[in-house]
Amino acid sequence: METILEFAVTLFLVVGGVFGFVGSYGLIKLNDPMSRLHAPTKATTLGMGGVLVASILHSILVEHHGSVHEIMIILFLFITAPITANFIAKVHIHRHETPKSLPPAGSDTVWATHAVPKEDEG
Amino acid sequence: MKLLRRALPHPLLTLYLTVTWLLLVNGWSLNSLVFGFLLGWLIPFVTAAYWPDQPKMRAPLKIIAYIGVVISDIILANIVVAKIVLFKSNADRKPAWVTVPLDLRTPEAITVLAATITLTPGTVSADVSDKGHALLVHCLDVEDAEAVAAEIKSRYEARLMEIFE
Repeated sequence: METILEFAVTLFLVVGGVFGFVGSYGLIKLNDPMSRLHAPTKATTLGMGGVLVASILHSILVEHHGSVHEIMIILFLFITAPITANFIAKVHIHRHETPKSLPPAGSDTVWATHAVPKEDEG
Repeated sequence: MKLLRRALPHPLLTLYLTVTWLLLVNGWSLNSLVFGFLLGWLIPFVTAAYWPDQPKMRAPLKIIAYIGVVISDIILANIVVAKIVLFKSNADRKPAWVTVPLDLRTPEAITVLAATITLTPGTVSADVSDKGHALLVHCLDVEDAEAVAAEIKSRYEARLMEIFE
């Protein structure tokens, strides 16, 4: 029984580690800034998820006391990761994109990062 | 009733903060419940000026189904993107910007949709249009931009529509 549990914990650790590695490798391999942004968002989701599930399993099944801190870590990561990615993307749009280089903004005129309020014009 | 609204501007946020505090303490005791409730009351009360409206939810229970769909999509999409990163050369990869027109109008719902798009790997939501009627999404590798936008709309936006609007 103990061995099976240890295998399960190991499996989740390895899965987490592999995806964490792929995320970091993507950061080096991908060749444009917006694509690089995809790598860290991936490492946080499955990479961290795998490690944290292993941690929950270990604390419940081996140490025999429940721990919910991992759930909080997942929750906080899932709330903060998209905001970080959004801010990096916004900086990229500010510095390297023009309204012409981006696709049209649907039924509106321009993307929010390029929109200049009336009082700041001129 | 009005006094209660002033004293407890966001009951859901109060509940959420109390539960968060209990989870952070990582154990159950009356002390932490009382202190958590105190924080849960104080924080919304002090910051009430920044939260003028209460988000309205039509079907809050459907959030559970939505979370299930998102988690399974995260796992599947992670494998797809790992394959792209490991085995596809940069020259073959076709990154692209995609415009996703929005039918959602609630700011909270649009925020959840944008966060979901970023969390499901392969897509990152980069910007919203100036009047809030479209999202700018960057895709890591895409053949058909229209199909990506259609999938985001049918898979996530339709469900959020049911929950929030």
